[in-house]
Amino acid sequence: MNIYSSDRLDATFLALADPTRRAILARLARGEASVTELAKPFAISQPAISKHLKVLERAGLITVGQDAQRRPRRLDGKPLGEANAWLEQYRAIWDANFERLDGLLEELQRGPSASMRTRRRTRR
Amino acid sequence: MPTTRDKAQVTLPSDREVKVTRSFRAARPLVYRAYTESALVQRWLLGPPGWSMPVCEMDVRVGGRYRWRWRSDTDASEFGFAGTFREVQPPSRLVHTQTYDPGTVGDANPMSEALVTVTLTEDVGLTTVTTLIAFGSKQARDAAVATGMTDGMEQSHQLLDRVLSEQPRA
Repeated sequence: MNIYSSDRLDATFLALADPTRRAILARLARGEASVTELAKPFAISQPAISKHLKVLERAGLITVGQDAQRRPRRLDGKPLGEANAWLEQYRAIWDANFERLDGLLEELQRGPSASMRTRRRTRR
Repeated sequence: MPTTRDKAQVTLPSDREVKVTRSFRAARPLVYRAYTESALVQRWLLGPPGWSMPVCEMDVRVGGRYRWRWRSDTDASEFGFAGTFREVQPPSRLVHTQTYDPGTVGDANPMSEALVTVTLTEDVGLTTVTTLIAFGSKQARDAAVATGMTDGMEQSHQLLDRVLSEQPRA
């Protein structure tokens, strides 16, 4: 359980809390790219992009490729997977509740008063 | 009959908050009832698979209290939540405090009081419920989210599948 409260998880969520950084990750999900290529679709300067890349790098979400000239950035999916797993279990509890609520709402819409009254009476 | 159901969206809008969003195919007043009438709440707010909700008392008015308690089917251990309603605006908004009651489960995740804001919006028969939980600190938020990682949850997917397949479907 410790890895789920680690600094790395904090760094991951911090990195994900910015729309530009999420867009960069979405771009890298399609394949590696250099800083210049990454900066192109954004209306911000290259130094600003570099700053975002540093945050992503520190969180372990991206790595820098071998090519010394291009220094391409690559997505590393592992921390994302960990962050997702951390939230997923929590979400599963809500999902189980909401699926039951779906069923209850359907039932209430079908014949609300009748089914509820008999249910209450038989329970007491 | 909808076969594909919405999945809950869980996001972390800030260090201290969790936001859960989900849509339901029902009119807003009905969804509001399901959130505020204890006899209805008790039928769906059961928490993790393998838990029932023997206590569900709700005095839904500003200043009114509520008490929820869950019990494990396997070892009868218990935990709960309690709090006070701060805002009650049927059928669109509900604000209440929430304090963790460790019961017999213990203080594995001690939490300070959280503030829960439930907002309901409707768009032609589809009601979206947004639950924003604001914790006292980042640690409390993380501990609350991590409750999903406790031992019993390891087989959660398996159990979840079973529970869902047992749900009566018309």
